[in-house]
Amino acid sequence: MRYGEVIGKIWATQKDKQLGGLKLYVIQPLDESQKSIGRPLIAVDTINASDGDRVFWVTGGEATLAFKNRRIPSDATIVGFVDRLDV
Amino acid sequence: MVLGKVTGSIVSTIKHGCYANKKLMLVKPISPDGKEKKGVMVAVDTVGAGKDEIVLVASEGKGAAELLHFSCQMPLRSIIIAIVDAIDIEKK
Repeated sequence: MRYGEVIGKIWATQKDKQLGGLKLYVIQPLDESQKSIGRPLIAVDTINASDGDRVFWVTGGEATLAFKNRRIPSDATIVGFVDRLDV
Repeated sequence: MVLGKVTGSIVSTIKHGCYANKKLMLVKPISPDGKEKKGVMVAVDTVGAGKDEIVLVASEGKGAAELLHFSCQMPLRSIIIAIVDAIDIEKK
């Protein structure tokens, strides 16, 4: 999984129907000293995050497993807030 | 699997159910000769790793989750599966 910050949101009316009702956020990966690292990416939200929140997300095949009853076509899914980093 | 160094832990109260009562650590990937690589990853700890310890992280595919008899319906990928005591490389 990866750690980063929500920096924006994407709206898309024309999309795969499995993505219906799901929010798509723009996330900036961060390193352990909170500096931006790498390029921003788009991820499906499952925890009602909002701009500026520190979150972690899962990538790859497992990103489709975030929902019990369906598999979403996603390779990056936000699965938790980061309240604090003890570094 | 990748080698990593534990740089800290993550406190997260609101998260997907599969992460409930699992310890989340921040792990910096390192090369076998100890040099730190860029970036950091979040990994579930299953072996009681502590800060600054060198660990082995299984982070490729469902194998990792199933290996540890987590139910395979879990959106979870990087798992600390070992604490490394020593690394022995023959210099070429």
